[in-house]
Order: sequence, then structure tokens, then C-alpha cells
Amino acid sequence: MNAWLPALVAGRLLRLAWLLPLAATGLFVLISMAPIDPVQAYVGGRTSQIGPEQREAIAAAWGLDRPAPERFASWLGRLVQGDLGRSITFNAPVLQVIAARLPASLALVGSAFALSFVLGTLLGLVAGATRGRWPDRVIRTIAVVLAASPGFWIAILLVALFAVGLGWLPACCAAPPGRLDSEVALADRWRHMVLPVVTLSVVGLAPLVLHTRQSLIAFLDGPAARHLAAHGARPLHLAFGPGLRHAAGVALTLHLAGAGELFGGSVLAEAVFAWPGLGQATVRAATGADAPLLMGIGLATLLFVFAGNLLADIAARLADPRLRRAA
Amino acid sequence: MSDAAEPIRARPARPRHPQRRAMRHGMIALALLGAVLAGAPLLPEGALSVDAAARALAPRPAHPLGTDLLGRDIAARTLAALAQSVQVGLLAAGASTLVALVLGLAATLGRAADHLVGGLTELALGLPHFVLLIMIAFAMGGGTAGVIVAVALTHWPRLSRVLRHEAQVIAASDYVAISRALGRSRLWVARHHLAPHLVPQIVAGFVVIFPHAILHEAGLSFIGLGIEPHLPSIGVMLAESLREIMAGHWWVAAAPGLGLMLVALIFERLGEALRRLSGPAGGTT
Repeated sequence: MNAWLPALVAGRLLRLAWLLPLAATGLFVLISMAPIDPVQAYVGGRTSQIGPEQREAIAAAWGLDRPAPERFASWLGRLVQGDLGRSITFNAPVLQVIAARLPASLALVGSAFALSFVLGTLLGLVAGATRGRWPDRVIRTIAVVLAASPGFWIAILLVALFAVGLGWLPACCAAPPGRLDSEVALADRWRHMVLPVVTLSVVGLAPLVLHTRQSLIAFLDGPAARHLAAHGARPLHLAFGPGLRHAAGVALTLHLAGAGELFGGSVLAEAVFAWPGLGQATVRAATGADAPLLMGIGLATLLFVFAGNLLADIAARLADPRLRRAA
Repeated sequence: MSDAAEPIRARPARPRHPQRRAMRHGMIALALLGAVLAGAPLLPEGALSVDAAARALAPRPAHPLGTDLLGRDIAARTLAALAQSVQVGLLAAGASTLVALVLGLAATLGRAADHLVGGLTELALGLPHFVLLIMIAFAMGGGTAGVIVAVALTHWPRLSRVLRHEAQVIAASDYVAISRALGRSRLWVARHHLAPHLVPQIVAGFVVIFPHAILHEAGLSFIGLGIEPHLPSIGVMLAESLREIMAGHWWVAAAPGLGLMLVALIFERLGEALRRLSGPAGGTT
């Protein structure tokens, strides 16, 4: 009965098995190409205190004096053992930096995922049920305008309005500055999450709204809906009753497949709100020539996207049994 | 699909005149593009310079969109930045379209090539768009060239799939087989059978990529990996505005983002209209 699930997961894991080494090689080549001297980035403003011998010692300690293939082999060897190297900007093991920052990012991305799913499906259903009339037009216009807006600009506008102008919500960070983690009340944490989560969920809303609207319209045009309509069911009732069941599977599949993009968007959202997550670490790694951290984050996001796609495939098959045979 | 079968709910979900709509969007897009590109060089001397006497002014007749902390006029700076962004966006979208075309056609050369391009597509889609953009921009050492290469190497998969599919369908069609049997060369077939089908797809693909290109360019510039900070660009302006909005200077952030949004929006609409025209479900009359 449920034989499709192991087959699907096995197939995807097989794909991951060739994708991961390829991606690791690609990432290593990309990052080795960067014309940035990591030693210089590490030394930074202390140029006057550090002589050429010390630079050479730093380079030797990081293995930078060896040829690229050899460095790749040793990086790969340690990667297999679960050692991603040391982050230069945070001066800590990469794995530790990622593990420390993952929860903040997951909280942000997870909340935005849930909020945008509810919001997007709701708006899509209303638009589909009122097709061609003003609610549909308004919702579609909003979706299209949002799709064309830079996400970080929306974040800045939200800060200008709600944090600076009205003073309702904090403008930055995950907690009030200058307080220990244990001193921060839960309510405070929630207040700090509002603006980043709203930004992030609004940015990726458009495809969800438009697809939900489309699949609801397809349902409303079908014989089942026309039969119900002939029995007196009204469009809104149809949309939120049987239509919801019809559209939700497609919406969830699409939304899960787009979860990776949500993470991409969180890079910019975290940059605006100084949110202490992986996105901010990505920016700091990229601007601070922190190659080991950047590679670690690259591999972590690859797994994240993979998980999202796998869940999307599973959701699609749960929602539509006809797909199970194709796997 | 079932428009005729449904007399009660006959409200058309699709516009009745897709061609006219595409024309209208195209006109607006070209006019906007022309205004931005032509307007920026026409800015009066000193419009972009620092003016200590006019620092952080709210919008007023002399400065319709206000000034920033250094006394630079936001309207003039936004226009110059948009011109910069549009140029970079056009180059990047053009390069990406070219990559899509080359890979899309390469995939039709044989099974091995098809698998290779398929693998590249998997890799390109394996990371979130923006993370991959950061990686490539980082590899290029940032800067304008980095943005162009990063966008070119990340936005091709969708168009390349469309082109691959289209080319395969045409190559397998009867009229191409007949044409070949009649002794036409491969080049002749490519020019007279393939090109007429692919060119509209390429144009529509380019227009669809363009808004993504300028939005991602702004994002990269915003985090400091894109256009060099001394050049006017929307991303850099918004990054600078981040400090100023805390002092309540909302106008510093409003105009640049709005300008970018308008350019992206009209091209998004134009792309949508063009895709309706050239797509399989297109409203060609």
C-alpha cells in the first residue's frame, strides 16, 4: 500500500549521492577562484603588526601554500569525517557556527513558511472564488506588485513605518540589546520576530496566491463543482469547502518546493534586521573572505533545498494518489 | 479551456486581446526604459554632488524626493542609480539568455550532452537562488562584473528547458524530416525551421529574466557584493538608507525602491504578456 514512499526516498537519496560530491567540488572550485587573499582578510586592519613571516606562518597553518588539488583532497577527507574546517570571521569551527545559528534561522524561516502558506492559500482561494471581480483584481495586483518588489526594500519600509514611525515594534535583532539570553522574556522574542517574519512571508507570496487561484478555478470549472453549484452551493462555500481540499495539496507541494527560496530570502531579511541567523553569517562570510564558512553554508543550504524538494514530492503523492505510480 | 461550455460563469479569466495587451505593456516598458537611460546623462551638472547646505531634507519643491545625509538629491541619484541598474540588468539578462540558448541547444545534440545539461540544471537549482548568487559573486570578487556573471550563471535553467523542449519537438517533426529528405542542409533547417520558433521564446525569456536580474543585482549590491559603492546603484542607496531611516528619514529609502519596483513590475507584466502570446496555451488569434 505504502510501497511508493521507500522507493521515492531511495531514489532521491541516490540522486543526492551523486549531487552532493558534484556540488562540493563545484563549491570548492568556485570559492578557490575568488581573487581575495584570506590571510589579508584575516589580518585586516592589523597590517602594521603582522610581518611577512607571520603571514606565511598563517598561510601554512591553513594549508594555503599547498596546490589546490591537494587542498581539495584534504578538505574532502575532513568533510567526510564531519569536519568542515574553521571559520575565519567567527574564529570557531564551521559546524559549530552553523549549529549555533541554525535555530534562529529555522525559527524565522519556519514561521514565515507557516504564515505565508496560510496567507497565500487564503488569498488565492478568495481570488479564485471571486474571479474577475474586484477582490480578485486587488489580490492579483498585490501579488504581482509584491513579486516585483525587492524584499529588503519591503523590510526597510516596514522598519520605517512600524519601528521608527509608529514605534510599535523593535527594528532589529532577535532580542533587546545588552541582555543575556536567559533574561529575555518570551513576549519580547515574539515582538522581535514580527517584522522579519512578515517581510519574509510576504516576499514569496505571489506564486502561491496565483497557483492556488489557478487550481481553484480549474476545480470550479470542473464537473464536480458545477454539479454542486447546480444544487445551490455558493462560490465562496465551494472555494473553502471542497475547493480548499482540492487546492491545498497543490499549494503545499509548491510551497515546500519553494522553501529553499525562503531561505535565500532570509539572507536579505536577516541583513536588514541584524537577525543572528545563518543568512547574516552568509553575508559576513562572503564579505569577510571566510571561505570555509561559505562552503559549509553552501552544503547546508543544499541539504535544506533537498529536504524541501523531497517533502514536496511526498506531499504531492499524499495529495494525489495517481502520482504514486509514476515514482 | 472550457470557456464555451460554461455560459453562466462566462467571465473571461484571460484577457481578450493578448496581443494588444503585450503591445501596450511593451510600449510602456520601452518608454520607461528610454526615460531612465536617456534621463540619467541629461541630469544637470552637480545634481549628484554633495551639498552641505541641504542635508537630510524632507521632500520639498527644490528637492521633490528629499535629500540624504550628505545633501545629495534623492531624485537625481535614484535616476542615475536606475540607469546603472538597468544597464547591468540588461547585460546580465542578455548573458543569461545566451547561456540558456547554448545549453538548451547543446542538450539536443545527444544523450550524453542532454544528461550533462540535466546535471548542470540540477546543480544550479540545488542551492537557493540567492545563495548561489552570493557564491558566484564571491568567486568573482564582487563588483559589477561579478553581478553580471552571477546573474548569467543562475537564471538560465527555466529558459534553457523551454528551448530544449521546443528544439527537440521541432527536430523530431515531420516537416523537418521532409526538409532534410529534400536535401536541405542542417544550417538551412536551423535558420528556416528552428529559428522562427525559438526567437519569440528567446525574446520572452529575456524579458522574463530581466526583472529578476535587476532585483538580484540590487540585493547583491545591498549586502556589499555587487556594484561598487562609489557608483550610484539602488542596492547601495538602500544599504545607506538603512542608517538614515532610524532617524525618521523615510524618503531616503522610499524613492529608490519604488523606482526599481516600477521597472521590474512593467517588465514582469510585459514578460507575462509575451509568454501568453508564445506559450502553448497562448491566445494567438
